[in-house]
Amino acid sequence: MNRLSTGEKIFQIFNYIFLTLLAICCLYPFLYTLTISLSTAAEAAKSGFHIYPKEISLEAYKVVLSNESLGIAYLNTIGRTVIGTVLALVVTTLYAYALSRRQMPCKKFFTMYLLFTMLFSGGTIPTYLIIKNLGLLDNRLVYILPSAISAYNVIIARSFFISIPESLHESALLDGASEFKIFSNIYIPLAKPVVMTLLLWIAVGHWNAWYDSMIYITDNSKIVVQLLLQRMVQQSQATVVNTGAEGTIGGSTVMPVTIRSATIMAAILPILAVYPFIQKYFMSGIMLGAVKG
Amino acid sequence: MKLQNAEKKKIFRQNLEKSYSLLWFVLPGAILLFLFNYMPMGGLIIAFQDYKIGKGMLASEWVGLQNFIDVFTGMDFFPVLKNTIVISFLKIICGFPAPIILALCLNEVRGKVFKSTVQTISYLPHFFSWVVLGGIIMMLFSTTGPINYILKLFGLDESIVFFGDGTFFIIMLIVTNIMQSVGWSAIIYMAAISGVDNSIIEAARIDGAGRFRQVMHVIIPSIIPTIITTLILNMGGILNAGFDQILNLYNPMVYDVADIIDTYVLRKLEAMDYSMGTAVGLFKSVVSMIFVLGTNYITKKMSDDELGIM
Repeated sequence: MNRLSTGEKIFQIFNYIFLTLLAICCLYPFLYTLTISLSTAAEAAKSGFHIYPKEISLEAYKVVLSNESLGIAYLNTIGRTVIGTVLALVVTTLYAYALSRRQMPCKKFFTMYLLFTMLFSGGTIPTYLIIKNLGLLDNRLVYILPSAISAYNVIIARSFFISIPESLHESALLDGASEFKIFSNIYIPLAKPVVMTLLLWIAVGHWNAWYDSMIYITDNSKIVVQLLLQRMVQQSQATVVNTGAEGTIGGSTVMPVTIRSATIMAAILPILAVYPFIQKYFMSGIMLGAVKG
Repeated sequence: MKLQNAEKKKIFRQNLEKSYSLLWFVLPGAILLFLFNYMPMGGLIIAFQDYKIGKGMLASEWVGLQNFIDVFTGMDFFPVLKNTIVISFLKIICGFPAPIILALCLNEVRGKVFKSTVQTISYLPHFFSWVVLGGIIMMLFSTTGPINYILKLFGLDESIVFFGDGTFFIIMLIVTNIMQSVGWSAIIYMAAISGVDNSIIEAARIDGAGRFRQVMHVIIPSIIPTIITTLILNMGGILNAGFDQILNLYNPMVYDVADIIDTYVLRKLEAMDYSMGTAVGLFKSVVSMIFVLGTNYITKKMSDDELGIM
């Protein structure tokens, strides 16, 4: 290792301090939320850092878990995540495979047809009206169909398919394999890294989605967790804005802030739980995108 | 030679024959794109109509540019446009260099474990929706929250009402936006830095350049193409200003600074004022497209076709 000058040593020290502070800033909000969710109402109302709960109380979680609408919302979220991700993966990889083949007829057209959607869009209201005309308002299909294909994901999958040697494709063709066989038995197994990355991206996207639920769904039995959480947060914020203080819900002793924190924890726990194991796939995915960029 | 040609032709014909089955592959995607991307583009015609729900898109009365005239001569649109541009601009000025600086700092770290730990933690917030982040931020920045607690430790007398004061609200938007995206956006620059040719850095070092000058004169110039590409892609979002973030954080007290085009369109949708809202949406889409293509064109011209995305 090269020897460092004094100036560089000082820089190194500041750099480590800076990066440590940054990591703390990214981690602390979640720690704070966890602490508040486990605190007693009185403790949560006090000003302070709240790094750990002084007195553990599961009161807020009891309220959250006994909430029936949260259970239904959870099922809707899980359903859209599973079905939506599978559908999106199939549609995306099929489209990407076709674009990666030299033998694709009208390849230019289908590429432009896809890319143009990145450049221009109809916007909120026309999309709403079309979805309404298609009869998808208050229909759970609205969660999975419009988001099933995105140009960005197709491009990432396509560049990976292109990087697979053409000779594999040719020899399989000569052996009499159909395009679909080649796709499902050769290309998809080889493209596992990119398929994993897309799977995780799409799944996280579905888990976090709330806008479609807010705009297209009015039936409360069809909304997703994120929207339920948003309504809770905004209700409590309205209380703060109007009264200037945190109120109590229906005279119950549990402060809304602890319940809100517990709901937030319930909404992010699945992601937090798998995050350490899957984050490397996310990384490799953005690299795949960067190669093209 | 002749045989070879015949064989080639045969394979070529075979390929051609086979290829039509590939059309089935794009069919599901093409249909979905048509339904949910191209039909809404067609739906933009209602920006030139006095759209009535009962009549539908085809039978509604045509009014030419009247909706646009109404929007641009009305009193409520210009504050919204101004807010959008101000927030967006501040976000680009403060938020664009942040991941580049982070990537350069991370690159100087020699401990591998420390580096990967910081990285992993720094892109954690990227994986949560703005609903979740908004809920957490409201607690952190509340008058009794930890941010005010720290500020008081540093000698501030009164709590800052982040959700009631326009200036502080905007500052909070920009800071939290950086926190959410900096780690994730740094990944692409990290990749670019790791692609810099080591022999050039080595040469600079032998010529007597210190670490600081190696960074300034070798590493940064080497990642300029990545920076430009990201900038072009960001320019398309100039009228976005962060709808998810703002919708989940704002309240009537800060509408005068935080009401942006997307929230305006959403209100028009809720008020069923479809034609007016679509006119604003179309204006936004066209401006975004012009910004992307324009930035791309200028970069290409300035770099003799070496940089640019298309």
